[in-house]
Amino acid sequence: MGMTKDELFEILDNGFSESVIEIQDLAGDNDHYAVKIISNEFKGLNKIKQHKLVYDVLGKKMGYTLHALSIKTEVPKE
Amino acid sequence: MDQKIKESIELDINSNDVHLFMKGTPLFPQCGFSSTVVQILTYLEVPFTSTNVLEDEGIREGIKEFSNWPTIPQLYIKGELMGGCDIIKEMFENGELQEVFKNENLLNQ
Repeated sequence: MGMTKDELFEILDNGFSESVIEIQDLAGDNDHYAVKIISNEFKGLNKIKQHKLVYDVLGKKMGYTLHALSIKTEVPKE
Repeated sequence: MDQKIKESIELDINSNDVHLFMKGTPLFPQCGFSSTVVQILTYLEVPFTSTNVLEDEGIREGIKEFSNWPTIPQLYIKGELMGGCDIIKEMFENGELQEVFKNENLLNQ
């Protein structure tokens, strides 16, 4: 179970083009990460919808391959 | 999803103004994320009800499908999914959550 930081980055980077993605490894066990994504795709969406986009990109991996993911989403500042 | 499970979830979120699907109970949370949300609600003195998903595998899987949201905890306010741990924490820290409760008249007077 779990995935490496690089694998996670690649999935998110492919899912959100032209975005800034920061990943923090919280426990060193390939299973607990905190991600921060700054992307224009979040514009006009409430937090639930923003996080749902992240979950959509991760697909089935969330909750199965990956147990703990802390998400922070932001729209780029003008 | 099983119709009974769906009805049970709908009953929980529609008959309670603030309802939390969590792992464990407010007194004994069994997951750090659930515990954080409980602490915020307790700090704000907002009355809430909860469902311990660890006691019912059907609800545990059903709630994820119901809301199209893959993780627990899930906080519902007036029947609407407000967020999981990260969103609730962020909203609490920037004051949005307090505003929501205030506007819905859910803060303990």
